[in-house]
Formats: sequence, structure tokens, C-alpha cells
Amino acid sequence: MPGHDDGHWLPIALIPLATADTVPRAQNPLARPILPMDELPAHMRPERSFQGFILALQRFWAEQGCVILQPYDMEMGAGTFHPATTLRALGPKPWRAAYVQPSRRPKDGRYGKNPNRMQHYYQYQVIMKPSPPNLQELYLKSLAAIGLDSSLHDIRFVEDDWESPTLGAWGLGWECWCDGMEVSQFTYFQQVAGVECAPVAGELTYGMERLACYLQGVDHVMDLNFNGREGVDKVTYGDVFLQAEQEYSLHNFEHSDSEMLFKQFVMAEEACKKYLAAGWKSGSNQKEHLMALPAYDQCIKASHVFNLLDARGVISVTERQSYIGRVRDLAKACGEAWVHTEAGRAS
Amino acid sequence: MPDLLLELFSEEIPARMQAKAADDLRRMVTDRLVAEGLVYEGAKAFVTPRRLALTVHGIPARQSDLKTERKGPKIGAPDAAVQGFLKATGLDEATIQRDPKGDFYVALIEKPGRPTLDVLADILPVIVRTFPWPKSMRWGERSAKSGALTWVRPLHSIIATFGPETEEPEIVKFSIDGIEAGQTTFGHRFLAPSAISVRRFEDYEAKLKAAKVVLDPQARKDIILADAKQLAFAQGFELVEDQVLLDEVSGLVEWPVVLMGSFDQEFLSIPGEVIRATIRNNQKCFVVSDPKDSDKNPDKTGKLTNKFILTANIEATDGGKAIIAGNERVIRARLSDAKFFYESDLKTKLEDRLPKFENIVFHEKLGTQGERIKRIERLAAEIAPLVGADVEKTKRAAHLAKADLLTEVVGEFPELQGLMGKYYALAQGEDASVAAASEEHYKPQGPADRVPTDRVSVAVALADKMDTLVGFWAIDEKPTGSKDPYALRRAALGVIRLIAENTIRLPILKAAQSAILGLPEKGAKYPAADAQKLPGDLLSFFADRLKVQLRDQGARHDLVDAVFALGGQDDLLMVVRRVEALGKFLDTDDGKNLLAGTKRASNILSIEEKKDKRSFDGAPDPTLYKLDEEKALAKAIDQVKSEAGAAVAKEDFAAAMSAMAKLRPAVDAFFDKVKVNDDEPNVRENRLKLLNEIRAATRAVADFSKIEG
Ligand SMILES: Nc1ncnc2c1ncn2[C@@H]1O[C@H](COP(=O)(O)OP(=O)(O)O)[C@@H](O)[C@H]1O
Ligand SMILES: [Mg+2]
Repeated sequence: MPGHDDGHWLPIALIPLATADTVPRAQNPLARPILPMDELPAHMRPERSFQGFILALQRFWAEQGCVILQPYDMEMGAGTFHPATTLRALGPKPWRAAYVQPSRRPKDGRYGKNPNRMQHYYQYQVIMKPSPPNLQELYLKSLAAIGLDSSLHDIRFVEDDWESPTLGAWGLGWECWCDGMEVSQFTYFQQVAGVECAPVAGELTYGMERLACYLQGVDHVMDLNFNGREGVDKVTYGDVFLQAEQEYSLHNFEHSDSEMLFKQFVMAEEACKKYLAAGWKSGSNQKEHLMALPAYDQCIKASHVFNLLDARGVISVTERQSYIGRVRDLAKACGEAWVHTEAGRAS
Repeated sequence: MPDLLLELFSEEIPARMQAKAADDLRRMVTDRLVAEGLVYEGAKAFVTPRRLALTVHGIPARQSDLKTERKGPKIGAPDAAVQGFLKATGLDEATIQRDPKGDFYVALIEKPGRPTLDVLADILPVIVRTFPWPKSMRWGERSAKSGALTWVRPLHSIIATFGPETEEPEIVKFSIDGIEAGQTTFGHRFLAPSAISVRRFEDYEAKLKAAKVVLDPQARKDIILADAKQLAFAQGFELVEDQVLLDEVSGLVEWPVVLMGSFDQEFLSIPGEVIRATIRNNQKCFVVSDPKDSDKNPDKTGKLTNKFILTANIEATDGGKAIIAGNERVIRARLSDAKFFYESDLKTKLEDRLPKFENIVFHEKLGTQGERIKRIERLAAEIAPLVGADVEKTKRAAHLAKADLLTEVVGEFPELQGLMGKYYALAQGEDASVAAASEEHYKPQGPADRVPTDRVSVAVALADKMDTLVGFWAIDEKPTGSKDPYALRRAALGVIRLIAENTIRLPILKAAQSAILGLPEKGAKYPAADAQKLPGDLLSFFADRLKVQLRDQGARHDLVDAVFALGGQDDLLMVVRRVEALGKFLDTDDGKNLLAGTKRASNILSIEEKKDKRSFDGAPDPTLYKLDEEKALAKAIDQVKSEAGAAVAKEDFAAAMSAMAKLRPAVDAFFDKVKVNDDEPNVRENRLKLLNEIRAATRAVADFSKIEG
């Protein structure tokens, strides 16, 4: 199966859709008991360390039957671009996955000065297809699992319809607020890559740094405790990322090589089209595509290159729309190919 | 009589859609009931973030039976026809009757009324499936199938009960996409999440209240407003009321709990409007001010204080401490962003932002914002002397008026455009009039908005609006029907109000011609930008706007036509003045009678003109007058013409109307005593010429034939 040979993808049949509650832990001798939060070492508690917070979410969603993936190995603007969301949201086959995705938003760079806006940050992404009837409850439980007590905090679902013009995607849902802070995005996908979602997938996106600031009671993201240690052993978010934010802001706004990027955009665009054209399997009576994933990589690439050019301010207002349209055309063509692959079609 | 209780319980409904949804639900259900012959006593709909509910009371338990008569074939008609009739009506020989005269067969068809419970079971699912949400969605496993239910957000349960007050109501049996109607709902998401079984509206509302849900949106608003005022008052402050925000906030909570937080004093150095926009738009919190009646501010809203009021959805176990602390942290971050934006905006001079406008398209066909700003500058400089504005200041004001569009604060809060420009202009030491124009040149934004009076603002406002109007006219993007995407009607009304309320003399045709010359390639690239035609078209658009405005004010709008029909009327101030004077004159007896006389003259003339296929222009010949009334009328006309003409020349329309009044007795006497169609053709012709003179004389003030009545 294309795209599966690197072991990154679990064969679809192995995805456990049952929740932990339905599979008694005792039956599995390898299962270690889930530690209640108090028993976690202090430095691993979600409200003490950034990494502990990530691990708490990983564990929670693993318990809900999600495959816990690793970040996709390409630069992208949001976890939604990961093929585990964009492409897996399409087609009739069930799918549940969760992962951290480093998200690159070149325009959001602030040289490390903004308390909660960065050109590189982490999204925690959950996708469940079909959307389970209790998705809201699961989300609220996940907040409880990271230490947000709903009898103490004001949690709200505030209308925010999601649309990605570059992905040809839209959905309805909310921003989730905790005491007035937007901590997640909650979306029921209706259309992705120009294809109607059938069934609909539910997507949750947690803004990790903002949520962590909240949990740790810290005002500036760079002050986050990353490893949960104190004193000389303490590593902050700033220790890890401040220099990167400064360097990339400088790069994104002032020095990125526009000429090269314009070329890269065209190259990615052409490659994507080439792979798509080459991927259609000839000779079989069923319409079938064999290279949707490699083609989609080039779409991701084009999208990121566009974001870099946009941040550099070298794309005029009118051109902007046409670039977005070009990426969308690629995304749509990839979606069309995907629903004719093994994982994307009915059987 | 029995009542219906309906509840549609879902995930969070967007606040902005709630009020209309409640209204739609009530309308749809009651309309269907009435269409089914079920007249009800009353209905009321309610909405919270998670539920849409309706109670309809006093519905009959069943439809009444319907009896209809159907006429059949003639008695003695061939058997086939009778059999066919029987078949069609489903009756047999025994139940068929004859009409009273005994000429025809008559079938009496009785349609027994159905129980309302069954009718409801039919109509409610249809209403749910066809509910007009602005946007709706699919969800879950069923979304894979076509025809899956769509709703604003996932729908979880439905209550539908029907029954009289004294008995246990029945459940209206239906199911939609796997959701079975029943009598179960759920309380507050966090405070009382368990299932609740309800029977009818009264216990539904009461049980919800016990489960921390205030069903009635108005009740939630009242609670929020009263508590917010009280909280502010208790600390010696005053709530800055905000109806739109109140509506929204009440749609975000089922159990409102109002709390007060504060922020650092240092943020009060940011303009109050920016603080308010930050706190209101992003955080949906109210701001708080010093009391209105403080010495400094006797009548205006007081200065903002470093407090804000939030509405939580829970009664927190710690009394709200964590919630306040959390909100304070977000507001601090937001305000420090705003302060950062404001302060970094201050570092760049407004004029230094202008080059960027060269790359921003205003409209694909009308060029860049940069070009537009230059057009407005040029036009404003031309208009300035006409409105008594200092030309240099006007140029400067027009140059800077749009510059704030590229500031960070306006990027964040577009509704602060203009206002920020004023702050930044003052901060860089611009003249007060120049600074004010940034904000004022957008005004008036609507019929209720204030009209600027500072002459510099007036000149820039007129130039801005004229450029917009002429530009969109040139590319043929005029408003049609309900579509007016560029708010051109508002712009035209703005021009009218600026002119009328500031008593400004602005020849619209000339201004429009001048605006055309400012367009790219002096307008040559646009076929519609014909300097002969476009200004005239635009002028009739102004006439229409003026009519609408007068009609809205309850004034006579037909007089606008009567004045514009004179031609060459492009001085809107004079048009308005004339219309006013004319209106007053027509309220008097003299006015009414003169109007009647003039109309009579016009009618006779047009009949005779048609008959003779000629017009009766030209001066009458005094030697042909036979009667005194003719001579008197001719004399009156001469006198009125010169008096009214002189008055109009002095723009004293009231005096012109009084002069007109003198015409009335002569006209009345003429019609009384003189036969127009005299047997002698030259006398007849002369009299018709005299009638034409009446018409001509009244045209000194208006075209009376265009006046209704
Ligand atoms: N530049 C940024 N830096 C840090 N956090 C961010 C940034 N942009 C967004 N977030 C956080 O990430 C979450 C998801 O971001 P959003 O823009 O809604 O993503 P998407 O494009 O995937 O819908 C937001 O709720 C917010 O908390
Ligand atoms: Mg998202």
C-alpha cells in the first residue's frame, strides 16, 4: 500500500475503535495501570511542565482509541494539513488519530516578543471519523485530564466556523474558551479538499502553548517550564525556542529568498500535478490512484512556500487570491485521488 | 384545551442565530397548525445556547370534521357516469343524494378530523427537517448517508408532549434520523447535567430552573443587566451599557453569573475606545466608567475605569476567583497587545503609511487605494472654497484621512477606523480640524448618525462620497433592488444631509463632472463615465434618495419631482428649500386653489394641444382680450412673474410662494367667467396662450403638473 511502507501508518484494521473501558485492562498483561494525576512525579504533571502536558493529552486520547501518531515530517501551517487529517478525513473508513504537530505561521513571527503568538508553535490535533456522539464530553474530559476543573473554570463553546481556503475545506464548530481564553478549536468537518465528508469527522485542535501558559499560570510563553524541573535543571520554553523565534522572524520577514521561493512554489505545483497524473492506474476497470500521498506532500510544500512569500510581503492583494486558488486546486486534486486509493475508498 | 411542549436539545447554538431561530420555530409550528385547521390560543418560543423550545397552548384535541358536497351527474345520466361518480367519491348508491331540486346526484363526503396528536406527529418532523438555519451541518455515523438530518450543530434529543393541563400529557410519537421524541431533557452542562423528565411547559420551565437553566433569554438579559449595574454601582462606578453585547452574552450562557475583574491602571493610557473594543469584541465583557454625573463630565459617559464585567456560565465552587483571575490574565494580554499596537502605531507618521496604499486595490476596476486618496484630495480641494473650508487644511485632511487603515489598531478593530486616525493625527501635531476630519469624513453613516459641521470635515466627507458615487456609477455598479454592496444609497443620503444641514451650495452636476475627470484616464476608460450623461443619472439618484428621506420623515415626496422637473436643479440645498416652501404653500387655501387652477389650465391645454396638434406658446396678444377677467389675469401673471422671479433670484422661496398666491383670485375669476374655447379662433388661441402663461408663471417655483392631488 502506498504511504504505508515507512511504518508511519497503521493498517486501518488495527485501529482500536473500542475505548479503554470496553477492553478490561487486566486481560492485557502488558498494560500498566494508569497513574492518577497525583501519583505522577511532580515534574510530569500537566500543570508543571510543557512535556508533561503533552504526555497527558497523548495518554488521554490513546485511551479513547486514537492512534497516537508523530508529527508529519514537513513544514505546515496547522495540524489539519497532516495527511492523517486532511486525507484521512475523506472516504467512508473509520479513523481515529491524535498527534502533536509543529505549526509554522511565518507571518505570526514576533521575534519572540509576543506573549502568545509565534511563527512556530505546537498544535495538538485529534481527529475522529465518524464524529462520536459524545465528542464534546470527550473534549471536556480531556480538559479535566490536564487539570482543568469544570466546577472552578468557565468553559464555553463560542461559535467559530472554520474554513481553510487553501485546503478547500470548511466545517462548523466553536472556539473553546476557558475563563475567556481561546484554548482550542472544535470543528465538525463538512468538506475537505473539495470533497464532502461522508461520514463527518470531528477535529479538535489545542493551542498547546496558550493552554500551557494557562495551566502553569505564566504570562509569557517563553517563561513556560518545559521539563518541569526547578533550579539549575529547569528548562524553559524560551531556552528551547526563543533563539529560533528570533532567527526565523528575521528570516521570514527580511531575508527569505523570494526568488527561490517563487521557483519552489512552481516546482511543487508542477510536481504535484505530475505525480497526480502518473498515479492513475491504467488498465483496471476500477478507477484507482497509486500516488495520492506523494502528490499531497507537494501540495503541503506549495502551501508553506506561499505562506513564506506572503510573510515576506512580496505577494500583492490580487495575486494572493490566485495563489490561494492554485494551492486549493492542488488540494482538491489530491482529495480526488485519495478517495480512489485503498485507504480513501469504501472497499 | 391541550398544550404542546416542544424542545430541540443540541450542542451550542451560535448566539447570533438564537433569536431568529426561536421566532422561526414559533412561526413554522403555528402556521402549520392553522393550515391544519387547528386554531391555538397562544404560543411562545424560548432559546438558550443548547435548546430551542416552544409552548403552544389552547390547541383543540382534534381537527373538526370536514363536510363537503360534490355535485355529480344529472339524474337519469347513463349508468357509466353514475358508476364513475360513485367510484370517484368512494360512496355507494345508498349514501348518494339528490340536490333539493332533484336534478343532480350529490355526494356528501365527510372527512373526519384527525386527532391533533397525529397531526403533530406529521408536521413536527417536517419542520425540524426544513428548519431555516443560516448554516447547518451533518454529524456522526449517519452523515455518511444521503438525506441525513442537518441541524445548526448536532441535535441530541427532542421533547414533544401534548395534552390538557389536568392530565398526563401524551408524547407526540415521531423520530428523526434515530432521535425519538420523548419527554427527557438535560440540565446545565456543568451544574446539573443529569436527565430530567418533564410533562408540560410549566414543569419544564421550573425543572430547568432547578437544574440551573434560565430558559427565557429576556430573563437572562434582565439578570445580567441588573447584576452588572449593581456590581458597578456597589464600587461607585457605572456600567457602560451595550445592548448588542448584552444580546450576545445572554446567548452564551444558560445560568448567568456576573463577576467583576480589573486590569492594570497603566492601560488607561490607551484611548478608551480601544480598551472597550478589545474587551468587548475579544472577550465579550462590559466596560465600566466613572459615574456620568461626575463634575468633569456632566452629561457624557464618564471616563473608563480599570474594571470590566464578565458573565460566566457557572456558579464556581470558589465563588468565581479562578474565573476572574483567568479572565484578567487574558484581558491583560489583550490590552498589552492593544497598547503595543497603539504605541507602535504612534511611531510611524500617518503620511509615511501612504506609499503602501499604492499596492492595495480599492476596486479592481477603480484602481488602488492610493489613487483613490489622490482623487479625494483633489476633489476636496475643489469643494473646499464652495463650503467655506480652508483649502490647505482640507488638502492635508484628505491626504491623511484614510492613513489609519494601515495601522495595527485599525487592522485589529476595523470599527475604529477614522477615530484612530484622529488620535494619531493629534499626536503628530496636526491641526484640530485636520485631525477631526479623519473620523468625521465617514459621517453621516446613516439617517440617525450625526452630520459633521467643521468645514474641513464637510469638504472631505463630500469629496469622499462623491468620488465613491461617481466611481461606481462609472463602472456601472449601481444599487439594484435590495442589493447595495458598496452602500451607495447611504453615500448619496450622506451628501444630501451634509448639504442641507450645513446650508451648502454645491452644484452636483459640476462636482460629478469634476469627479469624472479625476478617474483613471480622466474617465475615458469607462464607457459609462460620459460627462454628459453620468452626472444627470446621478442627480436623479439623489432625487430618489431625497424622496425616500422625505417619505421616511412623513413629508410630501411628490414635491421633489415637481421641483426636479424644472430642469437644471442640481443645487440640492435649493431643491430642499423649494420643496419646503412649496409644501408650506400647498398647505394654505391659496396654494390648494392655485394648484387646482393650474391643473385645470394644464388639462385644458393638453386636450386642445392634442386636438390642434400644436402648442400654444408665445405671448398672448393684449388686443384680443375681450373680457375684464382676461385682462386681470394677464396683469396678475405679469406681476407674479416678475415678483416671483425676483424672489427666486434672491432664493427667497417663501416670498416667491406669497407672490404666487396673488395669482389665485385672477385664475379663479378667469375660469368662472371666461369660456376658453371661444367661437372666434383667434380669441380661442389667445386664451389658450393665456392659460399657457399660468403654467409658465407657476414654473418659477415648481412644475405643478407633477404634484399629486
Ligand atoms: N501564532 C500562534 N502562536 C501560538 N498559538 C497559536 C497561534 N495561532 C493560533 N494559536 C492557537 O492554536 C489554536 C488553533 O489555531 P487556529 O488558528 O484556530 O488553527 P487552525 O488554522 O488549525 O484552525 C488556537 O485556538 C490558538 O490557541
Ligand atoms: Mg484547526
